[in-house]
Amino acid sequence: MSNNVVIKVEGLSKHYLLNKSAKQKSDTLYGNFIDGVKNIKNITKKREKQDFWALKDVSFEIEKGDRVGIIGRNGAGKSTLLKILSRITPPTKGRIEITGNVASLLEVGTGFHGDLSGRENIYLNGSILGMTKAEIDAKFDAIVDFSEVEAFIDTPVKRYSSGMYVKLAFAIAAHMDPDILILDEVLAVGDAAFQKKCIDKINDLSSSSGRTILFVSHSFSSIRSICNKGLYFDSGKLMDVGPIDTVITKYQRFVKETVAQNINVNVKPLSSTGEWDVGTDLSVEVSWERGRFAPGWHCDLAFYTFDGVKILALQSQMFSEFSSYGEYNAAEFIIQNVGFASSDLRMDVGIRKDIDTPYEIVVENCATVSPSQKSLPLYKRQDVIIVPKATCKAIKI
Amino acid sequence: MDSEEKWDLVVKPQVSVFDLNLKEVWRYRDLLILFVKRDIVAVYKQTILGPIWFVLQPLLQTIVFNFVFSSSFSRSINGCPYFLFTFCGIACWNYFAECLTNTSNTFIANSSIFGKVYFPRLISPLAIVTSSVIKFLIQFVFFIVMLIYFIVIGRVGMEISWSVFLVPLLVILMAMLGLSIGITISSLTTKYRDLRFLIAFGVQLFMFVSPVLRPVTPEAVNAKKHFIEMLNPMASILEAFKFIFLGNGTGTLSWPWLLYSTGFAFLTFFLAVIIFNKVEKSFMDTV
Repeated sequence: MSNNVVIKVEGLSKHYLLNKSAKQKSDTLYGNFIDGVKNIKNITKKREKQDFWALKDVSFEIEKGDRVGIIGRNGAGKSTLLKILSRITPPTKGRIEITGNVASLLEVGTGFHGDLSGRENIYLNGSILGMTKAEIDAKFDAIVDFSEVEAFIDTPVKRYSSGMYVKLAFAIAAHMDPDILILDEVLAVGDAAFQKKCIDKINDLSSSSGRTILFVSHSFSSIRSICNKGLYFDSGKLMDVGPIDTVITKYQRFVKETVAQNINVNVKPLSSTGEWDVGTDLSVEVSWERGRFAPGWHCDLAFYTFDGVKILALQSQMFSEFSSYGEYNAAEFIIQNVGFASSDLRMDVGIRKDIDTPYEIVVENCATVSPSQKSLPLYKRQDVIIVPKATCKAIKI
Repeated sequence: MDSEEKWDLVVKPQVSVFDLNLKEVWRYRDLLILFVKRDIVAVYKQTILGPIWFVLQPLLQTIVFNFVFSSSFSRSINGCPYFLFTFCGIACWNYFAECLTNTSNTFIANSSIFGKVYFPRLISPLAIVTSSVIKFLIQFVFFIVMLIYFIVIGRVGMEISWSVFLVPLLVILMAMLGLSIGITISSLTTKYRDLRFLIAFGVQLFMFVSPVLRPVTPEAVNAKKHFIEMLNPMASILEAFKFIFLGNGTGTLSWPWLLYSTGFAFLTFFLAVIIFNKVEKSFMDTV
């Protein structure tokens, strides 16, 4: 069994020293002048540093053909792990042993040069990713075909739409031929159809040739469709390794438990089908301990796509119904789906005293909601996010 | 069973500073070629004159310097047309300066790529030097054409001898010096961006103390001044270059000083390699 191991990570740690910025930086040009003069005086002084362990004593093994999903909240250490695995930054302690050649895709289109044509960029980007010219020559037609931008292949890529740009970039990456492929949230590109094409391509790569894949994502649906094994990180520590479904369940339970200590979140679609389809409402009920949070406090929601783009933020004080209640310990948001793209959204909840005070508590990733566009005819489905129709009122449970 | 040889790649905290991994650089040679191509082609995309600019730029500089300095220096170069003399100096200097400034900026300019993909980092300074050599060669060919013209009209004598074989060495030395100084600066710019503002000024200043627009003060005139000027490692290289093509009086071929510059270049190169290897590992965390 052990000779099937392709990646062996032992006691891996990564340490950063963060600069403590003691005082507020000035935001005027004149103020910056003064700061600059002061800096000259303090140039020999040691600045105060803060220790930060992005990864702490992480050990695991990955076998050939495993498709590993890496999950965890923001700042849990997932990306740091991938960066060390891809040799972008060295570890502080520990070691990694790898068999077979590694290709990592932490971003699509790395090194694209706007002035060069699509054709030239295929060669440039392909070489940056570690392919030789001969390899690219052989795969050139397949790349162009996959990218769907054949008509513009001799146009400088700065004239591309952002969709075409990522399609071309992903097409190149999809044609790398490594034993181990490392992917960081890169699937969040292009339209839904292209995303599906990418997932199919990755599945195809791994099943046909026993390729090992490491995949970071916040989208459980795409992790489930690709991975068979999961690693779950929190605050730089490896919390769980195992079959993907158990790991995801454990992660979700952990998140719920953290939430339960402070606030309760209950998300349910109000449609008859149980889906948050276009035109139907979603109810998000946030309740909190009476003792800790006083009446009159505000509850905010934020929705992000799994690649971290904030698409919607709702603040309770936006709604006139909210403030008319005196004593309350919960807020219920009703959000209408006015045409959200069919992809998972993760939800953060924050509670604070007033609009201009910092949040008393923020729960990241406390729920995943999945809008759908099933009831719309194909030609009406869209990726555009429209400001939704929503209400919010204070209630008492 | 877990012997080192079993694994293709071992990622460890510390790697020896002398470990250049040239084998890996060779494996990425296609990338080197494409970087060079990108650097050269992208410069004249969306220009009308295209690669002509590679020649036109030093030519315009030469014309400007001719207006300013022609009267003060043209008597001291033994009848050689000052225009030709300046062009020769500027082409060499631009080549050196480009190696220096571009490598000094290599980590910051490429941080978006370096932060996302691994390839031997040595590729990018190598690409800078290679594209600078190519641009220099274009200017050099133009210089030879001008030289032949001046020989035909009789303004310059035919003085080319066996010493022309020194030219490849001089070209390599200039690149090594530019690269080494550049890399040393680059290791500091990742932390202190202030230096980026000083480089352009520093290179300009360096040009005026080097024998680019004028020859070095002859030893016979002022031995002390001559000695100080020759301490500049670029001095004997520029002097030799002009001596080889434009003949005696425009420059001198001094073996001891050339040896000094060669030693200087190799020593700084050696230091630069160590610095580069050290910075390469850690700069992603500081940049």
